Amino acid sequence: MPEIRNFTLNFGPQHPAAHGVLRLVLEMDGEVIERADPHIGLLHRATEKLAESKPYNQSIGYMDRLDYVSMMCNEHAYVLAIERLLGVEPPVRAQYIRVLFDEITRILNHLMWLGAHALDIGAMTVFLYAFREREDLMDTYEAVSGTRMHATYYRPGGVYRDLPQQMPQHQPSRFRSKQDIARLNRNRQGSLLDFVEDFTQRFPRCVDEYETLLTDNRIWKQRTVGIGAVSPERALQLGFSGPMLRGSGIAWDLRKKQPYEVYDQMDFDIPIGVNGDCYDRYLVRMEELRQSNRIIEQCVAWLRANPGPVIIDDHKLVPPKREEMKRDMEALIHHFKLFTEGYCAPEGEVYAAVEAPKGEFGIYLISDGANKPYRLKVRAPGFAHLSALDEMVRGHMLADVVAVIGTQDIVFGEVDR
Amino acid sequence: MDAAGPDSGAAEMSREGASSIEALSRRLQSRFAGLLSHCAIAFGEITLELPVQHFVRVCWALKDEPEFAFKQLVDLCGVDYLSYGRSDWETSETASSTGFSRAVETEDYAAHAQQQARFAVVYHLLSHTHNQRLRLRVYSDNDPPKLPSVVEIWNVANWYEREAFDLYGILFEEHPDLRRLLTDYGFIGHPFRKDFPLIGRVEMRYDPEKQRVVYEPVSIEPRTLVPRVIRPERQQPPQAAPEESGDA
Repeated sequence: MPEIRNFTLNFGPQHPAAHGVLRLVLEMDGEVIERADPHIGLLHRATEKLAESKPYNQSIGYMDRLDYVSMMCNEHAYVLAIERLLGVEPPVRAQYIRVLFDEITRILNHLMWLGAHALDIGAMTVFLYAFREREDLMDTYEAVSGTRMHATYYRPGGVYRDLPQQMPQHQPSRFRSKQDIARLNRNRQGSLLDFVEDFTQRFPRCVDEYETLLTDNRIWKQRTVGIGAVSPERALQLGFSGPMLRGSGIAWDLRKKQPYEVYDQMDFDIPIGVNGDCYDRYLVRMEELRQSNRIIEQCVAWLRANPGPVIIDDHKLVPPKREEMKRDMEALIHHFKLFTEGYCAPEGEVYAAVEAPKGEFGIYLISDGANKPYRLKVRAPGFAHLSALDEMVRGHMLADVVAVIGTQDIVFGEVDR
Repeated sequence: MDAAGPDSGAAEMSREGASSIEALSRRLQSRFAGLLSHCAIAFGEITLELPVQHFVRVCWALKDEPEFAFKQLVDLCGVDYLSYGRSDWETSETASSTGFSRAVETEDYAAHAQQQARFAVVYHLLSHTHNQRLRLRVYSDNDPPKLPSVVEIWNVANWYEREAFDLYGILFEEHPDLRRLLTDYGFIGHPFRKDFPLIGRVEMRYDPEKQRVVYEPVSIEPRTLVPRVIRPERQQPPQAAPEESGDA
């Protein structure tokens, strides 16, 4: 009599549906998953150890590279932790700018998730639609920071510079006709805020488009309804946060419950799911797209009406203006000290968490009074989510593993750190 | 789909937060009298330090008793206190007459006498029902450092403990599957310990003669671009300018 054994399948680390460098060792009984053992760490860069060897400000750029689809939210947690340690509060305008860009980042992240998730389980078109809108938001990143992704825009004490008065425009080239350039520059005639406002006006219709493609789509529902269901009790046990927790029906959002910056001034709703499956988490994230759009509208209105400083005026923390540095001895000394030594934070420890698009992104910072962190720990939401993968896919088919990886919104930059 | 209602202003919330933290601190101290070695509020956060022998008992109580209800373990991380409070460069008031000290070599840290336990594990807990956070710290002075596992209490601890084991070599007793998590297969050492060099110990390259990847001792020199400096005059948090933080 032939011996019946489980089959071990290696999935990744170079698999298009593995969202980067996930290696899964799957123990299978036929097509059913008996056990999933994720092997992570293929993108481990020891960000936390590197941060221990650098002055505080030099690690802001590393934060962008953790969860590289929600860049500014990571910076936000890091900057918030330093500010709590130093006891400084950024100007109100900087707080509004941060909220504006946190929400732009949330839309960026959810669009990436939506496109990749749909592509993984067989819907190609959504990916192309989602990237169309991402491009505009990337341009807002570029307009404020000069880079499309790794912005390093938030600084302890505020943001690096104010929003530009002129949105950068497409330049004529031999690859594009005059009409094309004019069409592309149509909504770039005014300031950055005009451009963002134009985006908020057309974005709800874009979300409608995505929903037309997916929400009532029979194939989409067959692939997501009842897949990877997690009860609220288990979601807490497994350390879920963000849309993964809300999809299981727990109304928990740090923006409401432990508001930071000016989120308590914002009017928005928290969507929650009922069944805790992939479809509910899809619905939660789609509604979050609309709510983020609402928050952006409110920020734009406020920022238009209230000019002001965007970073504190303490040159022990913030480098002086370039012109000032050329004229003033004191400013030159401050500049020199900041860029050779940095600033020392008082001894102590803080944990600062923000509601990043994927969940609670936290920075735990221990300072012994030096100009570098003594210990930096990045609490990445994806790490806890991926550790629950085994439980979520057990008893499901092989094809559902891809749906669960998609719904967890895994990015290896933050899981491996 | 459900919606949460609007919230009150920031000022009231922070006041409520401060008083609820103090209340929680009092409740913790009365409930766990004699079990804690330290309970302090700093930067608006509570830190509990407790000895290893009471640790698991306190954790169960924190999770199960409805007055605490810390149902979620948000984060768990190892800390190596080997070089805590040590700077590469002594800066004192007398520097103008005596000159600055030489920068220290990282190897000197190992000779530094240990005042307290070297390793600690820090747990961050979150109670969704009471909207409160709590930090626990447990020191481990054994060599190798050894602590009880909390996987039974909070299942999410599984990977966090594997990570702390991998990076710091902290052993968690009764952990179901204590394997390395982040480092390479066959990696030797615990890279986040303070006596592990930032540049690592080995580098790898492809050897065309052997036609395989070989590991060799690192060929680069470690160097410090910005020395670690502790300046006592900056220990006090600066005052936030009132006109900027006024009407938030």
